[in-house]
Amino acid sequence: MTDMPSQTAAPRWLGLWPAAMLTLFFLAPFGIMLAVSVAHRDVSGFYEWGFEWDSYARFLSVFFAKVMAVSLSVSLAAAAICVLLGFPFTVFLSAMGHTAQTRILVVLLSVLALSEVIIGFSLSTLLSQTAGIGNLFHWLGLIPEPRAYTPSLFALIAGLCYIGFPFAVLVLYPPVSRLDPELIEAARVMGASGPRAFFGVIIPNLRGAIVGAFILVFVFTLGSYLLPQLLGRSEHWTLSVHITDQAIYQSNLPFAAAMSVFLMLVALALVGLASLAGRERGAA
Amino acid sequence: MQRRSFLKASAATVATLAAPSVLSAATQKLKIGTYGGYFQESFDKYIHPDFTAATGIEVESIAEPTGEAWLVQLSQAARAGRAPADVSMMAQLPRLKGERAGLWAPLDESKVSNLGNLPDHFVHRYEDGKVYGTGAVSWYITLVTNTDTYAEAPSSWTALWDPANADKLGLMSLATNSFLLEVTATTYFGGTDILKTDDGVLQVMGKLAEVKPNVRLWYRDEGQFQQALETGEIPMGQYYHDVTGLAASQGKPVRSTFPDEGAVLDSGSWVVSKASKVIEPAQVFIDYMAQPDVQAKLSRFVGTAPTVSRELTDLTDEEFAAVSSDKTPILPLYDIYVDRGDWINQMWSEKITG
Repeated sequence: MTDMPSQTAAPRWLGLWPAAMLTLFFLAPFGIMLAVSVAHRDVSGFYEWGFEWDSYARFLSVFFAKVMAVSLSVSLAAAAICVLLGFPFTVFLSAMGHTAQTRILVVLLSVLALSEVIIGFSLSTLLSQTAGIGNLFHWLGLIPEPRAYTPSLFALIAGLCYIGFPFAVLVLYPPVSRLDPELIEAARVMGASGPRAFFGVIIPNLRGAIVGAFILVFVFTLGSYLLPQLLGRSEHWTLSVHITDQAIYQSNLPFAAAMSVFLMLVALALVGLASLAGRERGAA
Repeated sequence: MQRRSFLKASAATVATLAAPSVLSAATQKLKIGTYGGYFQESFDKYIHPDFTAATGIEVESIAEPTGEAWLVQLSQAARAGRAPADVSMMAQLPRLKGERAGLWAPLDESKVSNLGNLPDHFVHRYEDGKVYGTGAVSWYITLVTNTDTYAEAPSSWTALWDPANADKLGLMSLATNSFLLEVTATTYFGGTDILKTDDGVLQVMGKLAEVKPNVRLWYRDEGQFQQALETGEIPMGQYYHDVTGLAASQGKPVRSTFPDEGAVLDSGSWVVSKASKVIEPAQVFIDYMAQPDVQAKLSRFVGTAPTVSRELTDLTDEEFAAVSSDKTPILPLYDIYVDRGDWINQMWSEKITG
């Protein structure tokens, strides 16, 4: 528009770089997945390019509806628990001294360095009958016999929450620590009780961050396929487990791709709904 | 430069002297694919050096991925006229799928003189009768128990259905690696023939579904089950005979039992890609591997059951018992998983693990 030299520090074309990377590493693989999902399944182990809805049709069954429901409810539960625990935790954390905050955040970050395999095996040992907390409860006289708490829905959700919790806290921490303390003071001065101030002032102010944390944990745990195998019973196997089965053990890549597309669409729809809800009420 | 070409020349000379018939291939290594990890290491250590010494054929060892990924890679490469490995060890399902697609090179039966050592089910032929592969290694899947929990070994697969074993079993999670349909059919329906019709498969699944209250873990990861078996967390299940024996010999409280109905005999086979340019040395290798003393060596050092009959080998009773049994094995019906695999796997997910 003008001949004036650009005021920004970086040249405009630099913005093309992320766009190119996004195309290369996200859109292109996604396009390939879409193409594979409508390809023709060749029983001898591969697929032929084509266009057919067979793989999608196979997915539309009571069985896979059930699996999808298990996947969604497990992830929704994990996300809800992580946010319910993570939000008060973060509020307390931001009220602590600077050194304590740093230390706790470093510990939380280090959890992210653990792989799903390690977390799964550790939890299954911790919850086992032979070496787990059941023995401790028995020793304390709480239960008559040592018992196992895995595999179970409880063990699975515990594992997913272990992975999701640091993410929830890390998303919540910046806005919580920036929250103006005068807002709460004002509420208290106006006569609001502690809980009233928390629910009436803090939570509405941070609605966006809470929804963000919820979505992040939900999407992150939706892709988990190791923990359901290690910690859950077969009825708790998520869609991701079935996708792995099809892709790796039955070399049915079209069906695996079709299931992945379904999972992604449903996840996107839920994420869209959640963020819409967050925004509208936030604006009201 | 000079030194290198001298070495090359002398290597070629040695090869020529040792095996005149493979003169054309002397400069080209034979690429042999085995599963990466334990199998590849064992073959590199115990088999390939002796093979080269005996025949003069140099070997390049290739690590194969497990599952059917290798079949996909071989068939893609063959379309482009390449062979990532000349000889490959294949599980029976991908071996059959490759047969249907005509991916394996037919072999010259007259050049594989040790073929007679192998039982029929380990000599693989195309429909027109041409041989294209042989049994490479085999292994048993047996009934395993923790010796602390079970003082006495169970003698039959019916133990899986025993209500006393509620929530105590670890079984493999797929129809195509557990072969529990064959086990159920043999135990309750007098043999595996019933699995040849869809109705029969559903009938067998109905019976197998009765074990569900006893199953604590449908495992994909072998390590997870082995650990649980050793600690007694999951005290009974199905597992590999040789690995269980190895754990027992290290003092772990586990045992492997060949049930009265027989244990499952699974195997891997040697096949040659049709894109291979060195069919002759590949045949030499396949012939070499069908020798009783090589099979005995595999049993001793790798822990696999011999693919040739026991009488031909010099294995002692103890060595034989460590890897195999004289009881009639349950042979998996691989064909049904090729023909009706998607349907069986879907029914399996819905009725057994679902």
